[in-house]
Amino acid sequence: MTVPVPVLSLRDLTVDIPTRHGTLRPVDQVSWDIARGEILGVVGESGAGKSMTGNAVIGLLDPPAHISGGQVLLEGERIDDLPLAKMRRIRGKRIGMVFQDPLTSLNPLLTVGDQLTETILRHLDVDREEAAQRAIRGLDEVGIPSARNRMGAYPHEFSGGMRQRVVIALALCAEPTLLIADEPTTALDVSVQAQIIALLKRLCRERGMAAMLITHDMGVIAETADRVAVMYAGRLAEIGPVAQIVGQPRHPYTDGLMASTPAASAGQARLRQIPGAMPRLNALPDGCAFSPRCPRAQDRCRHDPRPRVGEADARAACWFPIEPEEDAA
Amino acid sequence: MLAFIIRRVFQSVIVLLAVGLVAFSMFRFVGDPIENLLGQERTVQDVERLRETLGLNDPFPVQYARFLGRAVQGDFGISYRQSRPVAQIIAERAPATLELAFVSGFLALTVGIGLGVFTAIRRDGWAANVIMSASLIGVSLPTFLIGILLIYVFGVQLRWLPTFGRGEVVQLGWWSTGFLTQSGLKSLILPAITLGLFQMTLIMRLVRSEMLEVLRQDYIRFARARGLAAKSVNFRHALKNTMVPVITVTGLQLGAIIAFAIITETVFQWPGVGLLFINAVQFVDIPVMAAYLMLISVMFVMINLLVDILYVWVDPRLRIDGRHA
Amino acid sequence: MSDLPDATRQGPKPTERLETAEVVRPSRWRAIWDADLAWSFRHSPVAMVAAFVTLALVLAAIFAPLVATTNPFDPSSLNLMNGFSAPGVPNAFTGETFWLGTDDQGRDVYSTILYGLRISLFVGFMAVLFALVLGVTLGLLAGYLGGWTETVIMRVADVQLTFPSILVALLIFGIARGIIPIEYRDQMAIWVLILAIGLSDWVQFARVVRGATLVEKNKEYVQAARLIGRSSGAIMLRHILPNVLSPVLVIATISLALAIIAEATLSFLGVGAPPTQPSLGTLIRIGQDFLFSGEWWILFFPACTLLALALSVNLLGDWLRDALNPRLK
Repeated sequence: MTVPVPVLSLRDLTVDIPTRHGTLRPVDQVSWDIARGEILGVVGESGAGKSMTGNAVIGLLDPPAHISGGQVLLEGERIDDLPLAKMRRIRGKRIGMVFQDPLTSLNPLLTVGDQLTETILRHLDVDREEAAQRAIRGLDEVGIPSARNRMGAYPHEFSGGMRQRVVIALALCAEPTLLIADEPTTALDVSVQAQIIALLKRLCRERGMAAMLITHDMGVIAETADRVAVMYAGRLAEIGPVAQIVGQPRHPYTDGLMASTPAASAGQARLRQIPGAMPRLNALPDGCAFSPRCPRAQDRCRHDPRPRVGEADARAACWFPIEPEEDAA
Repeated sequence: MLAFIIRRVFQSVIVLLAVGLVAFSMFRFVGDPIENLLGQERTVQDVERLRETLGLNDPFPVQYARFLGRAVQGDFGISYRQSRPVAQIIAERAPATLELAFVSGFLALTVGIGLGVFTAIRRDGWAANVIMSASLIGVSLPTFLIGILLIYVFGVQLRWLPTFGRGEVVQLGWWSTGFLTQSGLKSLILPAITLGLFQMTLIMRLVRSEMLEVLRQDYIRFARARGLAAKSVNFRHALKNTMVPVITVTGLQLGAIIAFAIITETVFQWPGVGLLFINAVQFVDIPVMAAYLMLISVMFVMINLLVDILYVWVDPRLRIDGRHA
Repeated sequence: MSDLPDATRQGPKPTERLETAEVVRPSRWRAIWDADLAWSFRHSPVAMVAAFVTLALVLAAIFAPLVATTNPFDPSSLNLMNGFSAPGVPNAFTGETFWLGTDDQGRDVYSTILYGLRISLFVGFMAVLFALVLGVTLGLLAGYLGGWTETVIMRVADVQLTFPSILVALLIFGIARGIIPIEYRDQMAIWVLILAIGLSDWVQFARVVRGATLVEKNKEYVQAARLIGRSSGAIMLRHILPNVLSPVLVIATISLALAIIAEATLSFLGVGAPPTQPSLGTLIRIGQDFLFSGEWWILFFPACTLLALALSVNLLGDWLRDALNPRLK
C-alpha cells in the first residue's frame, strides 16, 4: 500500500522582501504537510509570518514580496512556479481562501448571488441556471436562512457573521481540496466566532477537505485543529499533534505561548508572560530567533541556527527542547 | 433616496440664489448703470426719471427679487457694448460652445478613463510610465500653449486643418451646427483636442490613482483568491468601484470644460460664449458678465445634481429603499 | 503586508534625542540633511533637477537687471532697426547678434524673458502668499471656533470650489476693472492679478487646515493648554499651526505652479499683465501674432521658459507630496 500523497506540502518555503535597507525574510524555510481531511492550525504573534505563508501558498504575495526558495506542492504537484494563468485556475478551484475581515472581503457593488455564480461559472463546466442552483445550495450549506431570496442582496444587507458565512460559501463553491482560512474569526463578535468555527470544522469533515487555519487564538486551535504549527519570526518553531502542543510543548516558545493563553493553561494558577518582544525582521539575532527571550538559551543557541529535533510529524526547532519527563516534574 | 434628491435640489437653489446675488451686486454696484445707459449728455431730471423706471430707488431686496424674476424669464438686460439684449447674444453663441464642449468632454471621458485603467493595471510597464510622464507635462502645459502648438504644427507647418473660426455652419432653427459640413467638422478637431486634453489628463490620473487604491482592497484580493480571470477582476470588480469616487470629480471636470472653453475659444477665435465673456471682461460689459455667470452656475448645478443621481445608481449602499428591505 | 512589523517600512530615523550633554550634537544642517525628507530628495533625480531649474529661474528673475543684456522697457536702449532678428543670425542692418532673436520692436527676446519671468514669479509668489494667509487664517478660525463661523466660511468655500478657479479669477478681475477708474487700470493690473488669483485659490488651504485643526483641537495637549488658560489665538498659533505646516507646504508648492499658469493664462487672454509690464503670458500673446509670418522665436522661447518653470515647480510639488505622505510609497 502506498502512502497517501498529502494535499499540501511545504518544502523549505522561503519568502523575501527586498527593501531599500536590505532584504527581509518574513518566511524562512518553513516545511509541513497537511493530509486529506486534516486541519492544521498555524499560530504565532502578529508578524510571525503566518499570513505571509498562506499568501505564498496561493500565490498572492504583494510585490516586492516573493517566494525566494523552497517548494509548494499541491497533491504532489509543484505549484509555486506555475505561470499566472495556470495559478488562476488553481485558486478558488483547488485552494479556497477565507480572509480575516468579512466586511471588506465582499465587493460592495455586486450582489451576493452575482459573486457566487461568477466564481462557479469560472471553475465548473455548468450553465448559468445550474450555477445559480449551486450558489443557492452553497448559501444554504453555510447556514444562510432563505438562501434563494438572499441571492439578490448586496453585502451591506448582511450582518458581520452572515457575511463571513457568505465568504466561506464563496471560498468553497468550486469544491476545493484545500482551504486556507486566515484569521477567519478575529473580526467577529465572540458569540459568532464559535458558530463560524463549528461551520468550518463541519465542512472540512463532510468534504474531506484539508485546511490551514491561521489564527493567534489558541482557544480556536485547541477546539478545531488536528495538528498545530507554531511560528516565530518567520520560522517554524514547533509542529505536532494538538494534544502534544497544548499539553507537552517542547519548544520553550510554545511553552511560553501556552502558559500565557487562558484557554490552553486551564487550571494553572496564573498566566505567565514571555519577557521581551518578538524581534523585528530587520534586527534578527544570530542563531535561534527566540534566544534573547529564552529561559533555556545557551551559547550554542546564539550561534548555531536551525536545530531540528523529532520526527517529520512532530518536531521542535530547539537545541535544548523540554523533555516530557521534565515537564511532568 | 427621494429625500436625498430633494435636499440636493434645495441646496442647489441656495447656491443659485447666492450666485444671483453676486451677479446682481455686480450689476448694481460695479460701474453706474445710469452712466452706461445715458452717456455724457444728461440732465438731473433724465437721471431721476431713469432711476425711477429702472426701479433703482426701490429697496435692495425688491430690486434683487425683480432681477431674479427677469433672469428666470431669460431677460438679462442690454449689453453695454453691443446695445442688444444679452439673452439674444448668448443664444446666438451658445451652440458653438456647447458643440465644442460636447466633443471635448466625450474625448476626455473615453480616452481619460481608458488610459487611467490601462496605467493602473500595467502600473510598472514602460507604456504606462511613458503615459504617466507625458500626463505630467500635460498638466503643467497651459491650455493656450497646447492650442498654439497644435496651430503651429497642423495649421502653419502641415496646413492640414483650419486654425480659427467654426468653418461653415448649418442653421437648424435657432441652433447653428458645425457637425454637418466638412469644414465645420475639420474646424472642430484642433479646438476640441485643446480643450479636452487637460481634462483628459486629470481624469486619467484620477482614475489611475483610484483604481490603484481599489486594487489594494480586500475584496479584490478575495476575487483573485477565488481565481477569477484578470479581466473580470479588473473590469467587473475594480473598475465599477473606481467609478464611485471618479464620477463626482469627473462631473465637475465636465462642467469645467464649459468654463475652460474661454481659453480655447480665444486661441482659436471660436465664436462661442467664452469669447463673448472674455470680451465682456475686457470692456467691463457687466450685463454680459452677470448673465454668463448665472448661466454657467445653472449648468454646474445641474451637472452636480446629475452626478448625485448617478452616484446613487452605481452604489447600492446609498439606496436606502433597497429591494430587500 | 499585515504581518510586517511597522518599523520595517519606515525610512531611516533622523538622529533624535541627542540631548545628553556628553554627546556632540551634529550641526543643524547635518540633521536636516539626514532627515527623511532630505533622504528622499537625494534619491530622487527628478526632484533634484526640478529644484535646480526652479532655483536657476528664480535667481535669473531676481537678478534680471544684471543678467539681461538690455532693459527692454527702456525706450532709449532700443533700436527699431534690430527688429525681427532671427536667433543667432547677425542683423542685416546693424550687424548685432541676438542669441534668442528680437521682436518687432527690436527688443532682445532673452532680456524680455528675464523681465517677464520677474513679473510671472512675483505675481505667482504673491498670489500664493495671499491665498495661503487668507486660507490658513480662515481654515484655523473655521476649525477652532466651529459653529456659525465655520458654516459660513465652509459654505462659501464649497460654492467657490464648484467653479473653476480661472473663472473665479476672471470674474474678480472683471469686477476690479469695473471699480478701478480707467486711467489707473494698467498701473493696478499686477495687483489686481494677485488679488484675483489669490482669491481664487484660498479654498484648498482653508479646507486642509480646517480638517487638521478639527483633529488637533480635541487632542489632550490642546485641551491642557486650554485648561491652563492659554488664549485661543495662542493655542491656534503655537499648537495647531505647526501641525498643519507640511500639508500647507505641499499645497503651496502645487498652488505656485497653478498660480503661474493662471497668471500666464489671464495675461494671454489679454486681461492680465499689460504690454507695458509684460509677463511670460503677455509675451506669448504678443508672439502669437508673429507665428504665421514665420518669426517663431518671439513666441517659442517665452513659451519654453514658462513650461520649464511650471513643470519643475509641479514636479517639486509632486515629489514633496509623496515624500511627506509615506502611505503612498
